This record gives sequence, structure tokens and C-alpha cells, in this order.
Amino acid sequence: MTAPQVTEPAAQPSVRSGLAVGEFCIALGALVLAAVILWQTFEIPVSPLYAKVGPTVMPFFTAFGMGLLGILLMVSALRGGWQTEEEKETTPDRIALLWVAAGLILNVLLISQTGFALASIVLFVCTARGFGSRAIVRDALIGLAFALVAYFGFAKTLGINIGAGIIENLLERVFFGSTPT
Amino acid sequence: MHAFEQLLHGFAVALTPINLMWCLVGTTLGTAIGVLPGLGPALTIALLLPITFKVEPTAAFILFAGIYYGAMYGGSTTSILLNTPGESATIVTALEGNKMARSGRAGAALATSAIGSFVAGTIGTLGITFLAPVVVDWALKFGPADYFSLMLLAFVTVTAVLGSSAVRGMAALFFGVWLGLIGVDLQTGQARFTFGVPELLDGINVIIVAVGLFAVGETLYVASRYKSGTDEIIPLKGSLWMTREEWARSWKPWLRGTALGFPIGAMPAGGAEIPTFLSYFLEKKLSTKPEEFGRGAIEGVAGPEAANNASAAGVLVPMLTLGLPTSATAAIMLSAFQSYGINPGPLLFESQAQLVWGLIASLFIGNVMLLVLNLPMIGLWVKMLRIPAPLLYAGILVFATIGTYGITQSPVDLVLLYLIGGLGYLMRRYDFPTAPVIIGMILGPLAEQNFRQAMTISAGDWTVFFTRPISATILVLALLALAGPKLHGLWQSYRMPAEPAGGDA
Repeated sequence: MTAPQVTEPAAQPSVRSGLAVGEFCIALGALVLAAVILWQTFEIPVSPLYAKVGPTVMPFFTAFGMGLLGILLMVSALRGGWQTEEEKETTPDRIALLWVAAGLILNVLLISQTGFALASIVLFVCTARGFGSRAIVRDALIGLAFALVAYFGFAKTLGINIGAGIIENLLERVFFGSTPT
Repeated sequence: MHAFEQLLHGFAVALTPINLMWCLVGTTLGTAIGVLPGLGPALTIALLLPITFKVEPTAAFILFAGIYYGAMYGGSTTSILLNTPGESATIVTALEGNKMARSGRAGAALATSAIGSFVAGTIGTLGITFLAPVVVDWALKFGPADYFSLMLLAFVTVTAVLGSSAVRGMAALFFGVWLGLIGVDLQTGQARFTFGVPELLDGINVIIVAVGLFAVGETLYVASRYKSGTDEIIPLKGSLWMTREEWARSWKPWLRGTALGFPIGAMPAGGAEIPTFLSYFLEKKLSTKPEEFGRGAIEGVAGPEAANNASAAGVLVPMLTLGLPTSATAAIMLSAFQSYGINPGPLLFESQAQLVWGLIASLFIGNVMLLVLNLPMIGLWVKMLRIPAPLLYAGILVFATIGTYGITQSPVDLVLLYLIGGLGYLMRRYDFPTAPVIIGMILGPLAEQNFRQAMTISAGDWTVFFTRPISATILVLALLALAGPKLHGLWQSYRMPAEPAGGDA
């Protein structure tokens, strides 16, 4: 279908050398995880009754598999990594990531203090900002609407009670005439 | 015609007003999340899992199946009009469908994909009706050792065959298996991997992992790649009525796509990506106008769309008859069964006949609903594509958070959700597939259970997995699936050393 490109097979990326830092960290993470699984498996007390196929067989197998895969990933990382050139050259937008991450962290900190509505607004505004939106007031209002839709249409119909805060109790009183317990 | 009779009973269940309502809600919601980039059926069903505490199982599964089928229909709309596949299984649709839309034939592309989906979905559901009882008869002979081998086969195929790299797929799978092991071991009561955190004794909820990977991780990834400026949505042009020529060029690809999609979906390998690609290349080969491929060939939309929906139906066969999920969505559905205390497997068709056949009947009804939702009402979904990305993704995160926080109201769960989200981001960035994590998490504990039962029955004899004929056959298949692609590659390079390996489509 294309003009014949002789010699170099397309599947083999042009020979790379040197260490790929990102991939190295990922492979290291896999190896550390394997070690943690192994260590924690030794911590599981085994009753002699179950000595043959006790609760540790599958964990050992998992630790072994993870370790083996970690080694394979490490070999690949040391040989230049597995990502395509195109992928390597795109640098992630750190500022956008920071905005979204800040939204998530603030949300965890706020949700049990002020109720989910306020926490959701903060999360919504931060995430929208991460995606380039600058209209804070508009986003906050939409975020509030979203949170309330999620609360009434979702939590209420599914029967899960989400910890209510100031805004929720106020609205609950307006719409249903009573404060939830 | 035992199956046929059972199906009629199923229709009696599915046609009650309340179940029709659930089916309509499911298909509508499914289409919506299929259209919206960043939302998929696995995530949506995970967020809706708490519904299992409220409604009876039949209604819940009719809802979930509607979402599952609907997402397949909706995903193609996004592929055609936006060139950003709404679902991974509709990547191929974007190839030709978007080209058709650019040349003013969006209407025909949407029509052939919706009607093709309907044809394939209906034939696929017929396939479930008649294949499932056969598999059930066969599966009743399975012992724990056979089940364990079958799960190993599923592990191998979902990672080695589907993803771009077997090593990364396996790593994701093992991570999922480990997540599944966390908590109290049900046979001995020992706590495993809880690190002294009492919240972990019950295990990690699959909702948290699915939502963390598919909502939080995905949002972080998109944020890191997002460039302001909107994607170009191609206006809906061209009649939704296909011309005589378009019909003539569509019906055969629909049937061929179905013939490819259903069996591959029904195999323990599962997944919708492979049949869609196969169908695309098949249609390209068989087309009388191959020069149109790459410039908007209707066959290239009709075939893969049919393959995609037929394989979605196929995936339900191992899920219902063997309790073997082969996609993330099926794995989440399996956990819904578990939350009702129902074990999918051959006995399901006896013990829960009303549920199973009601569900299958609802798939037929859902397909009709989806055809109506996706053709006459297409304008509505096109409007949804105009939701700006900042609001869409911010909304996804708010929903994800409230959905997760609502389960236990524990900040620990939220922290876990965001940690898994961060990991999901890294996995996306470094090209690890995320679906095997969910499959491993659900299937891992089941595999362990069967393994231990098999070993108990055999009194600790490891050879049981190789001496039972069924188990041995399955293990050989698993080995072939693992080594097959490599051997094939070696063979190819041995035979024609100078040929470039495949087209880089």
C-alpha cells in the first residue's frame, strides 16, 4: 500500500541507547511494589492447617510475577524505554496538572469540614481553570449546580447519604422543609 | 426450542412498564456517556453500583446492559463528527467516518453505523440466546481446576493479545490482582496487605479503583495534554436516509462485521478493538472501490461498527455463563452480581432464570430504543458534543468525587481515589492499559478461590491442572495465546526478511 521501504523493519524503533528516566522510575516502582508484596506476604500468619494452599500462595505468586515484570520493564527502560518518539517529545502541561491536583487536594481537605457543595465548587473551579477556563464566577455557579444535581438526582435516588454542610442544609430546608439528620 | 421459550418468558419480564423505564434510562444514559469523551460505560456503571442496594437485580442489570449497549452506539457519533473516538472500540470508525463527515456525508455515516449497530446488536443478542445454553451445558462439567485454568487463559488473552505490550498489560493485571487480595482472606480470616489500616480490612472497593483510573486518571491525563482551542465539530450534513447505493454497500459489511465480532467477543479473549480492526481490513480487501478507503468509504464505517456491537454482545456470553469478565465493563457488572450475592456461572440460568432471560430480552428491546435514540434524535447528541472541555471534565471530577464519597463518607476513600487517579495518570502517560487492573481485581480473588478449591480436592497435588483434560487443553491454549504472536512474528521475519512489518495505520 505504500512505496516499499526496504531494510529497517518498521516495528523496531531506531536503535536507542541510554536510560529513559521516566520509564526507569516506573520500572523501579514495579520492583519496589514486588518487594513490598513479598515482605507483607511473610507478615501473613499461616495456620498449619492451611499449610499447603494457605492464604500466602497467591500473594507469593503475585509478588513473583510483579518482580519478573519489573525486571523486564527495567531492562526495557535501560535500553531507552518503550515510549514512542512522539510521546517522548510531548511535555505534559505541568500548570494544568497542578491546578487539577490542587482542586483534588482542597476537595479532600474541605469535604468533611464544609460539606460537599462548597468542596465541589472549589474542585470544579480549579479543574476548569486547569483546562483553561478563566470565568471563575460562572464556573463556581455551574459547579454548584453540578454538585446539587449530583446530590439530589444521584445521592438521593441511590439512597446514599452524603455528609451535608451549610449550603445543603439550607437548600434542604427550602425544598423539603426539614433538616436531614 | 427450550431457549426460545425461555426468551418469551424473558420478554414478559422485560416488557413490564418499570423495566421498560429502566431500559430507556439505561440506553439514554449510555448514549450520552458514549457521546461524551472522557466518560465510558465501565466508569458509569461503577458510579451507579450503589443502586444495587436499592432496586431488585433484574432492574439493575437491565439498566447496566442499556448503558453498555448505549455507549457503543453513542461512541460512534463522536468518532464520526469529532474525530476523537468516544470509546476505544470506535477508533476505527473515526478513520472513515470522519472523512465521510468532512465530505458532507455525515448523515449517511451516522445512519450506517446506527443501523449496522442495530443489526449486529440484534444478531449478537440472538447469538447469546442460543449460544449461552450450549456453553452452560458444557460449563456444568467444569471443576475448580478447569475454572482456574480458564481464568489464566482470560488473564493471558486480555493482556497479551489486546494491548500494545504484553509486559505492560501483565504488570497492570498483576497490580489489579494484588489490589484484589487486599483485605481479609475469606477462607482463613487472615488480614492481608492492610498495613494496619482498618478501612482496608473489607478490601478496596472496585468503585474506587474504577472511578480513580477512568475518571480521575483520565482527567489528569487529558489536562496534561489539553491545548486550549476547541476540536472542530463537523456540522451534521447530508440526509440521514441512505441512498440505494449506500444500502447496497452497507448490508454485507454489517453481516461480516457481526460474524467477526460476536465470536471474538464471546471467546475468553473478549474485547472489541480486535474485531473492529479485523473488520476494517477485511472490508478494505473485499471492497470494489478500495481507492475510497482513507477518503470516506462507507464500508469502513459499516463493518467495524457492526463488529463492535456484536462483540459487545459476545462479551456477555462468558460473563453470564462462566462468570468470566473479559472487559472492564463486564468486570464491574460481575461485581454488581457479587453485591447481590449472585454468582454468575452455569447455575445462573437455573437459579436466576427470570433475571437472565429478562436481561437478554431487554437487550433486544434496548437495541430498538437505541436505533430510535440515535437516528431521529441525533441532533440532541450533537448538541452534547458542544459542552466545553473545562466544564465537562470539572463535572466528571465532581460526579466522581460525590459518587465515591457517598459510599462510605470516609475521607480515606477519597484519598485512595485520588492516589489511584494519580497512578492512572502515570499508567496512561507511560502507555499501560488500565482495563486489566479492573479485570485482575475482580478475577484475581475468584482465581485464587478456584485454585485453593482445586488443590483441596486434589489433596495438594499440583498436577491436577495438567491431568484433567479440560484444564490441560485450556492451559495449552493459554500458552499458545502467550507465545503465539511472538512465534508468528519470528516465522514472518524468517520467511520474508526484507518486508516491512505491517502498515503503520
